[in-house]
Amino acid sequence: MSPARHGAPRTLLWPAIIAAVSLTGLFGALLGDGAWDGLGALMLGVATLAPVAGVFVSRRRSAP
Amino acid sequence: MTPTAIRGWAWAHRWSSLVSTAFLLMLCVTGLPLVFSHEINDALLHREWEPAAAERLSLDAILDRALANHPGHVPAFMSFDEDRPVVNVTSRPPDAPDGVYAFQPLDATSGEAAPPVAGHPLVEFLLQLHTDMFLGLPGMLFLGLMGVMLVIAVASGAALYAPFMRRLEFGTVRREKAARTRWLDRHNLLGIVTTAWVLVVGVTGVVNTLAVPITAHWKDTALMALVDAEDPRPFDVSNRASLDQAVRDARAALPGMMLQFVAFPGTDYTTDRHYAVFFHGDSPVTEHLITPALIDARTGALTAVARPPWYVSLLSLSQPLHFGDYGGLGLKIVWALLDLATIVVLGSGLYLWWPRRRKAA
Repeated sequence: MSPARHGAPRTLLWPAIIAAVSLTGLFGALLGDGAWDGLGALMLGVATLAPVAGVFVSRRRSAP
Repeated sequence: MTPTAIRGWAWAHRWSSLVSTAFLLMLCVTGLPLVFSHEINDALLHREWEPAAAERLSLDAILDRALANHPGHVPAFMSFDEDRPVVNVTSRPPDAPDGVYAFQPLDATSGEAAPPVAGHPLVEFLLQLHTDMFLGLPGMLFLGLMGVMLVIAVASGAALYAPFMRRLEFGTVRREKAARTRWLDRHNLLGIVTTAWVLVVGVTGVVNTLAVPITAHWKDTALMALVDAEDPRPFDVSNRASLDQAVRDARAALPGMMLQFVAFPGTDYTTDRHYAVFFHGDSPVTEHLITPALIDARTGALTAVARPPWYVSLLSLSQPLHFGDYGGLGLKIVWALLDLATIVVLGSGLYLWWPRRRKAA
């Protein structure tokens, strides 16, 4: 049995959140100073790299 | 999305990617060390150095000293190190082809040569390859076209994401499937999470490739409108108005702003008759935006403060947003990791296309 289809809004929810957080971090570091530099890098890094890292972590956990 | 629309987006994704992948890989590989160009220059060029004295010489004295080191040269630019008393003078022979310059970092207290802190040949080589592939303006514009292809590839990839992922949860990699399916899932995941960043870097990269025509348009329109047509005397460097006074007058005209560099008459950033004394703001919002005060280099008169038009400000903001050097080392590391992720997206895209061709042959 093939998995159920879901609509575009559900499919695009996480990508939209990731893009919004990425852009907030990216422009926040440009337009803010001090704490915004670190916070901006953190937002961009976590939004983009955490989902990829999560895939590798779950792969290790599921490995026999 | 209809099957026809999916086929259309897939066609756009395939061909915009295929046309540009080799060049985008080159840009990613050369761009990776360029994110850390400041650190690389520092590591390769750093030398202990102390200024000869405490008092600074006048800018005119330093300029005369720089020109005496290169007889026959005319001045092009003068810039100022932020963390040491060093003035950088760029000069060139009057008839030199574009891009031929002499660059001299000079001790602002003595006029003696100071050790360079930027411009290591390795970094310059990578920057030139990244900027125009040693082909000048045609190379820049060609890479700009490749940047447009990248934007089309990313936009079409994002459009295809929803129909391709409609049966899968976000982040799924189907490890039980064949290698091609696993790489398709990785390509989709890395592609979609980096979409916003790649679009920003791609669009700002395209804007940067237009630096020459943007600057030329500004010079030919807004700046040339400031030239006094009734006084056609040419600029003569040996009979110039005081540079120090020009910078003082420019500071008075733009209080609270930070001095960045001076462009001399005849260069791309000013007219044939004006010193353009460039300042940048002192707040995070304005520190990337430049504003010049134009001083008549023959008479010393302040002609105007030339507030840049929107397209020049767009170019100014596109440089930090492309290279990621505006938010400290943390942001640079994220930039480098996203650059590596983009290399994987490009490589996996080629891999996904290549077996199809082989089977079809």
